[in-house]
Amino acid sequence: MTGWDPLWVAVLVAGVGCYLLKLAGLSVPERVLERPAVRRVADLVPVALLAALIAVQVFADGPRLTVDARLAGLGVAALALLARAPFLVVVVLAAATAAVVRALGWAA
Amino acid sequence: MGDAGRRAVVRDSLAVGVATGTYGVSFGAAGVAAGLDVWQTCVLSLLMFTGASQFALAGVIGAGGAPVSAVAAALLLGARNTLYGLRMAPLLAHRGALRAAAAHVLIDESTAMAVSRPTREQVRWGFWTTGLSVFVVWNLTTALGAFGSAAIGDPRTYGLDAAVGGAFLALLWPRLTDGRARATAVLGAALALLLVPLTPAGVPVLAAAVVALGMGLRAREVSR
Repeated sequence: MTGWDPLWVAVLVAGVGCYLLKLAGLSVPERVLERPAVRRVADLVPVALLAALIAVQVFADGPRLTVDARLAGLGVAALALLARAPFLVVVVLAAATAAVVRALGWAA
Repeated sequence: MGDAGRRAVVRDSLAVGVATGTYGVSFGAAGVAAGLDVWQTCVLSLLMFTGASQFALAGVIGAGGAPVSAVAAALLLGARNTLYGLRMAPLLAHRGALRAAAAHVLIDESTAMAVSRPTREQVRWGFWTTGLSVFVVWNLTTALGAFGSAAIGDPRTYGLDAAVGGAFLALLWPRLTDGRARATAVLGAALALLLVPLTPAGVPVLAAAVVALGMGLRAREVSR
């Protein structure tokens, strides 16, 4: 069999991998990862990755950096989070802001 | 534990589970906007079932990154569930098939709603009620978002590309609890932006993990 869709391979490999990561946590002796430095790095990995994902998601257009309606969406999302809005409200406001900015022709 | 205590745990867990599960609609829309098809998007929610990793995989693919970079980003984010497992294993005390099933619903919310309960019975009720209710609602709303988004045409018209940035920010927000976390976030974002014009898509996100490594190891010297 040739020509496997690389997206399907990625979906299945990452899906099974994420399950095994969960199962490993429930299965290995606790002391293996109990060292404070390991725990600290593990706490910070999601922080660094999520921040990088935000930056790329908002400013990257292929290999170029650009400012467009997505930044307005992110700004409104931050305001909503400051106001303690729930997750779904934050996401909908971000989308609606970008859509309105584009519809008005203020940014791409 | 009395029935009243158990009812309170189940009620709170269901509320959190259903509220969290509805985020699935934003993942369904984001997955399709990123260029996954409807079925790939739905399979991610069924099989991977850990939101940040799912958004990360879709985000890297959407940015034009190689599938292998998308997988690596998803796995790096998924590694925090390993820590939740270490924490929950002695509290749940499940073995065999029950443990294998528990692993699938081991996520941020099921851990949060179980970890501080005073008795094992309450831990188990909190964990399973939250985990299963998120699973059911998350998968239903993912399908809703994916099919809906596939039907409406160009996602940019509706700002769905901006929705993904908003979702990541909402996931990041509660983790910015101290100066070290905030510095890590700023440095991670800055490094990623620096690398966007220089490296293939996907690499800038993975490089940010190096910032976490550096900040995590450095913190020991600072705090002692």
